[in-house]
Amino acid sequence: MISRIPVTSARSLPEAYALLEKPPPGLRVLAGGTDLMVQLQARVGLERIGHVLDIWGLRELRFVDRAEGLLRLGALATYGDLRDSPLVRERLPALAELSREVGARAIQSRGTLGGNVCNASPAGDTLPLLIAAGASFVVGGPRGERRIAADQFFVAYRRTALAPDELFLRAELPELAPHERLVYRKVGTRRAQSISRTLLALRGGALGGRLAGVRVAAGGVAPVPLRCRLAEAALEGRPVDALAVAAARAALEGEIRPISDLRGSADYRREVTGNLLARLLPELAG
Amino acid sequence: MIELVLDVNGAERSARVPPLRRLLDVLREEFGLTGTKEGCGEGECGACSVLLDGELVNACLVPACQAQGAKVVTVEGLARPDGTPSTLQRLFLERGAAQCGICTPGMLLAAQRFIDLGATPTDEAVREALAGNLCRCTGYSKIVEAVIEAAREARR
Repeated sequence: MISRIPVTSARSLPEAYALLEKPPPGLRVLAGGTDLMVQLQARVGLERIGHVLDIWGLRELRFVDRAEGLLRLGALATYGDLRDSPLVRERLPALAELSREVGARAIQSRGTLGGNVCNASPAGDTLPLLIAAGASFVVGGPRGERRIAADQFFVAYRRTALAPDELFLRAELPELAPHERLVYRKVGTRRAQSISRTLLALRGGALGGRLAGVRVAAGGVAPVPLRCRLAEAALEGRPVDALAVAAARAALEGEIRPISDLRGSADYRREVTGNLLARLLPELAG
Repeated sequence: MIELVLDVNGAERSARVPPLRRLLDVLREEFGLTGTKEGCGEGECGACSVLLDGELVNACLVPACQAQGAKVVTVEGLARPDGTPSTLQRLFLERGAAQCGICTPGMLLAAQRFIDLGATPTDEAVREALAGNLCRCTGYSKIVEAVIEAAREARR
């Protein structure tokens, strides 16, 4: 029963850290509730939840700002905040667009960037974009703060590099150079309210006709949101031509590990993810 | 247990509830406001949409502890003070935008929020605003027509 679960509603970061000094067994952090409330209602794994730390009231974690060439996104920035933020729309329009495709308005009001990151679903919509963008995550707790690269954060299926006494505080995304683009495409059953079957995100640009600084990340096609280093290696320094696209596609299809489930077969996911790469690559160059 | 105090449709209400009790259950079972419907119970269908401090939310996903001190508007709060239907509600009736009625309260709240924002009511914008609200009678065209008309009247 949910009524047996103790809840601490923290009003400030120090208050949250006070609980984390000695994290209660089975501690779960509650942000906007769009994942945890579903789990509670479905009574899935309830016995593993010993205590809930509600951080929704930590206003200091709900922000979008810019400092030292970095776009900084607070853990409690909602998808609605990200889609409406003039800063995000100007600096990283792909993130604003993607946030508009997560659930629909009622989910966007509550779902948070930090929740998406810490829930660590392999199909989490923002995760490939954060990895491709070269984001780092700042996490903190009573022992202090540290920085973890987004592509090192997701260590296994739904497991992250967060220690039990740490909270995700913010993501920091390097801004794009003038020749660079950040692009993505999500494939679900429909535009709203759908979970990704596959989602591919690319960052990079062309210098003198050759691809430079290419980063590739995919969601929904491996146990974790995956940085696709083989595809990156096949693209770096190459012009966007049929040969490079074919080589990158073969590399990508080899390194992703999709499964078959109710949202699509492994073969379907591999094929479509390759199609997305072929469709998105010209946008980087252009 | 927490002592939850909130403003529902302009009146202060309170209840002693577990902190993770869903706002949906608080509204229906503690306050008897059964206009807010439960469809899927997992944020997929929008039947339980209400406004929480002016934002559209799924009441099935909001724990009581996060509604403390909030202003909530449910379908019961949409009519005019004299009890006659609001413009939006009247147009739902006139245009045949309600069939079985289960999605209607959520549709009305999602539509009301769209109208309150004052955006240009194009077909596409209205459909995006209502994209999280499923109508299993599939009466979307009538709903969209009613919302566009209500938004036009509000902008006059």
